[in-house]
Amino acid sequence: MWKRDEAVRPASGQPTAAPQPPAPISAGGPAPRSEAGYQMEKDIVNIGKSVVIKGELNGSEDLTIEGHVEGTIQLRDHVLTIGPNGKIKAQVFAKSVIVLGEVTGNVTASEKVDIRDNGSVDGDIISPRVAIAEGAHFRGSVDMQRKPGAAQAATAKPAATPTPQAQEKAAAAPQPQAAGQRVGA
Amino acid sequence: MGLLDRIAPRRNELDVTPPSGPPTVDDPVFATKALRKFLASLTAREMPVLLDLGPVVGSNVSFFGEQLGCKIFVEDIFADLDRHVRNGTVDELPAFIHKRFPQAPESVDGVLCWDIVDYLDRPASQALAEEVTRVLRPDGALLGFFGTAQPRDTRYTKYIVIDEVNLKHKSYQAARGRQAILLNRDILRLFSGLRVSDSFLLQNNLREILFRKPA
Repeated sequence: MWKRDEAVRPASGQPTAAPQPPAPISAGGPAPRSEAGYQMEKDIVNIGKSVVIKGELNGSEDLTIEGHVEGTIQLRDHVLTIGPNGKIKAQVFAKSVIVLGEVTGNVTASEKVDIRDNGSVDGDIISPRVAIAEGAHFRGSVDMQRKPGAAQAATAKPAATPTPQAQEKAAAAPQPQAAGQRVGA
Repeated sequence: MGLLDRIAPRRNELDVTPPSGPPTVDDPVFATKALRKFLASLTAREMPVLLDLGPVVGSNVSFFGEQLGCKIFVEDIFADLDRHVRNGTVDELPAFIHKRFPQAPESVDGVLCWDIVDYLDRPASQALAEEVTRVLRPDGALLGFFGTAQPRDTRYTKYIVIDEVNLKHKSYQAARGRQAILLNRDILRLFSGLRVSDSFLLQNNLREILFRKPA
């Protein structure tokens, strides 16, 4: 479903006997990889900019999104990066969230939310640590309250009752489709 | 044009090209007396809620979040004012402000008002004062800055917290300048639902006033 990140592969690595991963969604020719490069590739997954996902997105590895995602994203113990081309209309739950693109919806992280320069978040943030760069766009509230395990609890129970603002934002975002994901270009 | 204008252009003429880049070493840092007291009034509270009426400043969000472990609502009234000025709908601003704040009555522990009141017309500042008084909890605190001299430039100031006693003043382009310099009695009337807890006149001629809502 997800495109393997071709960018992290060392260009001059040796081919290995390791099994080849499934073909990526987006175009791009295979390159020879080292063992280390393959291991790195296994840990970083990329959703390319031509990919549109509507529904619930769960994962147990770090993920970079350059495409469009609408619905819910859950990466409980991993890092979610919204790339510069990424456009998210979703409730997001992750360990850490790095935003370089656009997010509309509430973001909950158990460790940190980092909105980089030119990144945009329109929604409420719940996280013990928040960094908003100069030049970033943010509209909403930031909850850094020191409730024991507040963010973890929220991550574990994404269906908890949202705030009125969150309900408005969720209503503004398209509803996820019941039967999982639809992937298309 | 007066003699001084011929010798040197007016300050607001110099300030027409004001790119709001990242803070530089040139941004002046001024002492603040009231911020520490504002923080002290909130530290005793469990999980306080803060309302920031200024633009989003990432380091401020981190500072207040880490100092207070609070929830922060950033409601940039300066941006609202700019938008209304550019659209020619300043007359509608008071009504807009009355509908602007989604917070429930008495749900906010602290309000960072900065110097927004100086830039609003009287009806809009009255509407803002009523709204912040409405959302403030009993014994909640409001920190407001008020100028003492009529400046001629059309710039807002972004107050970047360095620490409890220092603020960096970073100016950026505004659609219009300060509207009036309020006398102390005007400020007291404006925030008639609050009482003045502390008031300071700083060396940079800024008045810092800490209000508390009577319990």
